[in-house]
Amino acid sequence: MRVYILKRLALVGPMFLGSTVLIFVLMRLLPGDVVDQLIGVEGTLSGEARVSLRRLLGLDAPLHLQYLRWLGDLARLDLGVSLRTSQPVREALAQRLPVTIELAVLTVGLAIAVALPLGVVSALFRNRGVDSAARLFGLFGLSMPVFWLAALLILGGASFLHWLPPVVYVPFWQDPGQNLRQMAFPAIALALSLVAVVMRMTRSAMLEVLNQEYIQTARAKGAGEWAVVLRHALKNALIPVVTIVGVQFGYLLGGAVVVEQVFGLPGLGFMLLNAIYQRDYPVVQGTVVFVALFFILVNLAVDLLYGVLDPRVRYGHD
Amino acid sequence: MATTEGLAAALPAVAAPRARWRLNLAAVRRSPLSLAGSALVVLFVLMAALAPMLAPYAPEDQIAKRLSPPQAAYWLGTDEFGRDILSRIVFGARISLWVGVIAVGIALAGGATTGLVSGYFGGRLDILLMRVMDVMFSLPPIILAITLTGILGPGLTNAMVAIGLVYLPTFARLARGPVLTVSAQEYVEAARAAGAGAGRIIGLHVLPNVAAPLIVQTTLALSTAILAEATLSFLGLGIQPPEPSWGTMLGTGRKYMELAPWVAIFPGAAVMLLVLGFNLLGDGLRDVLDPRLRP
Repeated sequence: MRVYILKRLALVGPMFLGSTVLIFVLMRLLPGDVVDQLIGVEGTLSGEARVSLRRLLGLDAPLHLQYLRWLGDLARLDLGVSLRTSQPVREALAQRLPVTIELAVLTVGLAIAVALPLGVVSALFRNRGVDSAARLFGLFGLSMPVFWLAALLILGGASFLHWLPPVVYVPFWQDPGQNLRQMAFPAIALALSLVAVVMRMTRSAMLEVLNQEYIQTARAKGAGEWAVVLRHALKNALIPVVTIVGVQFGYLLGGAVVVEQVFGLPGLGFMLLNAIYQRDYPVVQGTVVFVALFFILVNLAVDLLYGVLDPRVRYGHD
Repeated sequence: MATTEGLAAALPAVAAPRARWRLNLAAVRRSPLSLAGSALVVLFVLMAALAPMLAPYAPEDQIAKRLSPPQAAYWLGTDEFGRDILSRIVFGARISLWVGVIAVGIALAGGATTGLVSGYFGGRLDILLMRVMDVMFSLPPIILAITLTGILGPGLTNAMVAIGLVYLPTFARLARGPVLTVSAQEYVEAARAAGAGAGRIIGLHVLPNVAAPLIVQTTLALSTAILAEATLSFLGLGIQPPEPSWGTMLGTGRKYMELAPWVAIFPGAAVMLLVLGFNLLGDGLRDVLDPRLRP
């Protein structure tokens, strides 16, 4: 187990370093001169001013030096400042992060609460009515565009419930009730595809586990059917389910961009998208680096959890 | 030389998969869900192909009052510029399918080549290529696509390239795995001994063995690529107005949604049905071609 943990931890550094290279290269794909992009519409600079601006931004240095300098800034947690508001990017990230994390936690919680029972029931009544209905629901969930579902929720809320989520964002610690009313639609919109994925995974994992000999043994010992299903089967079926939730986390962050935009939640996705619209590249770059690090750490957590849950990994066949 | 060519070609890997293929297609026909999926996909393909004949109006013509509700003359109503929504959805099928096919084509061609070459030659090249793929996995796909289109600028071509690049590593990993096992098989050794080159061995002996998972993945990737295009366009980073992309229609119509729900409902429904079609088909194909991956 220790070897496994060490091996997995050793991967984090190179992965993050690799993603910084990728992001650095991406940002250099900007068409045209970066200086022109930075000064935008009011871009009538003399040749001399242009040269000094390039020097100021370090754009006159060779690419690898530019990269190393940027990496040095990153190591000092300096992500630069917004071109529009002059706010340090790090500060902006710290403000936006709680919103996205709350949305993600609510979404995952909601999805698991719905998907696990659905998946178990679907597996227990394989090929019966309930199972077919659940599988069809799963396929619809996978095919539903997040932005459409969000639009339908708003339409449905307005015409059937005569209710719409409050527009101005209120943090949880200021007014939990108001905050949760605001988060309900976004979390539901984001959760549906996750419900579909988790349900399908639970179903197939349960089907596989229920065929194992130790389930027969448990039944033969006289364990009640519920004990067999919950204690013996579900516990083992959860291993792949945990992994799939982790893998889906990336999709969740992508979906959060859309949902935050539609519902006006000031989270990371909202910030990234608006920075892209406004060509505020330091903010884009900082946010993407942060998301990459976050995503790498989530995957690390999932792999470690997997190690704890799966005895085959725990006792080191690897 | 002719004899070695003949020998390499006569090895069993080629004949066996073809026989299995015929059987599998029959099985697809027996599964009601994948039949429904194929029907949906065929329906949309026909709609795209016959768009000028099917659409009652030209997609960019302002033919009626703005935001007219659905009625006999305009079945699905009109949008914020008074354009016929049905006609725009019919023409929009062309864009969705086109972007999906090209993006997945980029991902499949690039990814499968990378995976096959990486797995077949192994060594340092393998390590290098796979690490690059890992790094691409370190960013959530939609975030990577949004950033790419944000940097390259919005538009049809950039959206296709961005979506294609984002899904490339999945195909690379998928293709690489089986190559490692297949290229250690005796018949591949035999082909190599008979003088077959790397290209021939990969094409004739390795590729047929990785074809099944690649086909399943291609079908499923079409659904995710179409969703990705709709999402990018919805956010204003994909297809630009006045082109009739379903995502753009919903994105620009959203402001009028509470006044005229049809502006948002129908384009979204079109996206969902087409994506559902590919998902049903992909699921059905997976059950038949690759039972190990069954969900």
